[in-house]
Amino acid sequence: MSDQTAAPAAEERAPAEGLLSVRGLEVHFPIRSGILVERQVGSVKAVDGVDLDIPRGATVGLVGESGCGKSTLGRAILRLVEPTAGTVTFDGTDLRALGGEELRRMRRQLQMVFQDPMASLDPRQNVQSVLSEPLRAHGIGGDHRARVRELLDVVGLPASAANRYPHEFSGGQRQRIGIARAIALEPQLIVADEPVSALDVSIQAQVVNLLEELQDRLGLTYLVIAHDLAVVRHIADVVAVMYLGGLVEQAPSDDLYATPLHPYTKALMSAVPIPDPEVEDTRQRILLQGDLPSPADPPAGCRFHTRCPFRQQTRCADERPVLRTVAGHPDAHRVACHWVEDIEAGRIRPAAGAVVEPDPDPEPDAEHAPNPAA
Amino acid sequence: MTNSEPLLDVRDLSVTFTRKGGPTVRAVDGVSFTVRPGETVGLVGESGSGKSVTSLAVMGLLPRRGVQVGGQVLFDGDDLLTLPRDRMRDIRGRDIAMVFQDPMSSLNPVVPIGVQVTEVLERHQELKGEAARSAAAELLSRVGIPDPNRRLKEYPHQLSGGMRQRALIAMALACRPRLLIADEPTTALDVTIQAQIIELLKELVQDTGASLVMITHDLGIVAGLCDNVHVMYSGRVVESAGRRELFAQPRHPYTGGLLGSVPRLDAPRGAPLHPIPGSPTDVLRWDHGCAFAPRCQNRVDACLDGPPPLEAYAGRSLRCLNPLTESEEVSV
Ligand SMILES: Nc1ncnc2c1ncn2[C@@H]1O[C@H](COP(=O)(O)OP(=O)(O)OP(=O)(O)O)[C@@H](O)[C@H]1O
Ligand SMILES: Nc1ncnc2c1ncn2[C@@H]1O[C@H](COP(=O)(O)OP(=O)(O)OP(=O)(O)O)[C@@H](O)[C@H]1O
Ligand code: SF4
Ligand code: SF4
Ligand SMILES: [Mg+2]
Ligand SMILES: [Mg+2]
Repeated sequence: MSDQTAAPAAEERAPAEGLLSVRGLEVHFPIRSGILVERQVGSVKAVDGVDLDIPRGATVGLVGESGCGKSTLGRAILRLVEPTAGTVTFDGTDLRALGGEELRRMRRQLQMVFQDPMASLDPRQNVQSVLSEPLRAHGIGGDHRARVRELLDVVGLPASAANRYPHEFSGGQRQRIGIARAIALEPQLIVADEPVSALDVSIQAQVVNLLEELQDRLGLTYLVIAHDLAVVRHIADVVAVMYLGGLVEQAPSDDLYATPLHPYTKALMSAVPIPDPEVEDTRQRILLQGDLPSPADPPAGCRFHTRCPFRQQTRCADERPVLRTVAGHPDAHRVACHWVEDIEAGRIRPAAGAVVEPDPDPEPDAEHAPNPAA
Repeated sequence: MTNSEPLLDVRDLSVTFTRKGGPTVRAVDGVSFTVRPGETVGLVGESGSGKSVTSLAVMGLLPRRGVQVGGQVLFDGDDLLTLPRDRMRDIRGRDIAMVFQDPMSSLNPVVPIGVQVTEVLERHQELKGEAARSAAAELLSRVGIPDPNRRLKEYPHQLSGGMRQRALIAMALACRPRLLIADEPTTALDVTIQAQIIELLKELVQDTGASLVMITHDLGIVAGLCDNVHVMYSGRVVESAGRRELFAQPRHPYTGGLLGSVPRLDAPRGAPLHPIPGSPTDVLRWDHGCAFAPRCQNRVDACLDGPPPLEAYAGRSLRCLNPLTESEEVSV
């Protein structure tokens, strides 16, 4: 049994009350080469066997390092990029079976918010036009001016914003416009890809709060993609951790934080800086070796084995672990690691060099105050 | 390290950009701070607060046209701002080194890494040929680059972002600087790689006794790394404190606001975030009052009378007329 794809088939699982259900999703980008005749010489396995359920009204967070396939997964769900295998079921409908007009109608229900609000807004269109465009495109009648005013109000912008252009707004305000556009058609699901990572720290919280407020108000379901684990933990009910095209752990947000089980999650969590010296001085860190391997040539077996501090001689390098439940943890907490029980019980310990213990005797710093006003 | 003379003493530094036809921009407006030998100092603040311009001024790397620099930058007693260019060039590279956010911008894309590292060694350590080459390999392995002999032959684009940043740190260390200035060295990197780099910087500071100025917008990095912290807003330092004092009880409303608006990984879920209203672009000019006033919840009338002075307050320096009190401590 080597390098099998993803988890048990869909039928084996209790049908979650999901709004969105993804099974065995793959997106492989062809790598072509050749000067006269292009041949496919390989593929980038950007998404390689992902199962994911998003319950109605919930927020699912997706985290992972740059290049692990988060955006591609989000885009494949909305069919902004064609999956090469797998199914995406939205509200009972198989999205991959839809074509043309049907797909276009379905798109009303699924919207996206992007990282860089400026790149996704046409600089020559004023806000009135940006926000009424989806209404026009979907043939929605009525008073578009009134609807735009309403949308602006919902996202906390003054009605006067309608006559201004994107460049006249700050980053946070532009992200509000991006969000207003996403909710214009009253969608059910919003995929937000790094919605706050381009924003200043003090503005991030405004946008996070806005997203939460809109969810309560409009009953939205979210997939929030971000590399910032603290943001994701804050906003999501369930967090999925992605590594090199696959999910390695998925759990309710609090469980994931309290008991991260996968070695990658443990390392990721221990790497996130916390703005509190007391905590920073007493934390143990698990440092990873090296970088994310190339998704064009992913390691066999467990994709994480080239960097895993808990790697074992058997199974890790030749058998791909699937997401599964772990005894003693809620069913919603699922992990893709062969050795998770042994790691949790302490029978398998991390490689010595990988663990950085806190300084046992931190210097009592700041014996001198920084120079006061000169 | 206590009570030793400062290695770097920045006094009342100001940097003004003048563009023909455009308004003048006072990017740095009377910034003072010191760095003692072996000390790690953090400069934090949002985009545009003047962190990079401060470090460029210290390094003498600002463009000469359209820029006015005032104040003093004393390094070991010499004012770097008035030093002849060639002496400044000597100091830069030998005594002070800098690591930037984007390593690509400081590496030559068409020259192998090995050549770039050995060049620095040849220039500043007077090593030649094979000796320089093996010293370069040793440096790369010191900063955790596996298989250094192979990497030395590679070009920058063949290295990952994290490895490039390590190579740059290796080059910065090649001359055993007494002061390393790191401007957002991990901002473009993944958090697991960031942890590797921060750990590396910590070790290096400990092993070589160098001082470190860490520029970042990430309060988490500062909390784990810096002895003293200077919070900047709109070109001025608004609060300076030891990291424990600062995080235990921020006194400036802006510092408190920053701490209240970042989600903490270890905070109970559902703990509300308290954003700072408005945006960093809603600033008042300092000569009209406190630049933070348009966004400040603690504002009093006097805040609009002119720039609040930086004064000693509660074991720190603070630029605020109505500081946060203990009861207003940010809830997390
Ligand atoms: N259109 C494409 N053609 C070929 N390769 C692609 C394409 N889009 C993405 N990739 C590759 O797929 C992998 C996953 O990319 P993706 O953008 O999904 O990652 P990500 O997790 O969103 O990263 P980031 O955090 O940097 O946004 C990367 O190796 C990327 O280079
Ligand atoms: N060459 C220049 N000409 C004119 N203005 C400049 C120049 N360089 C910087 N500025 C201005 O100086 C101010 C401070 O910029 P600086 O780069 O120091 O900010 P920063 O704190 O490093 O921000 P960031 O976190 O975005 O790196 C900004 O308002 C910027 O627009
Ligand atoms: S399966 Fe092996 S390599 Fe993969 S995470 Fe578990 S212990 Fe590490
Ligand atoms: S001086 Fe006034 S406006 Fe400025 S931070 Fe203090 S209280 Fe707020
Ligand atoms: Mg992405
Ligand atoms: Mg900068």
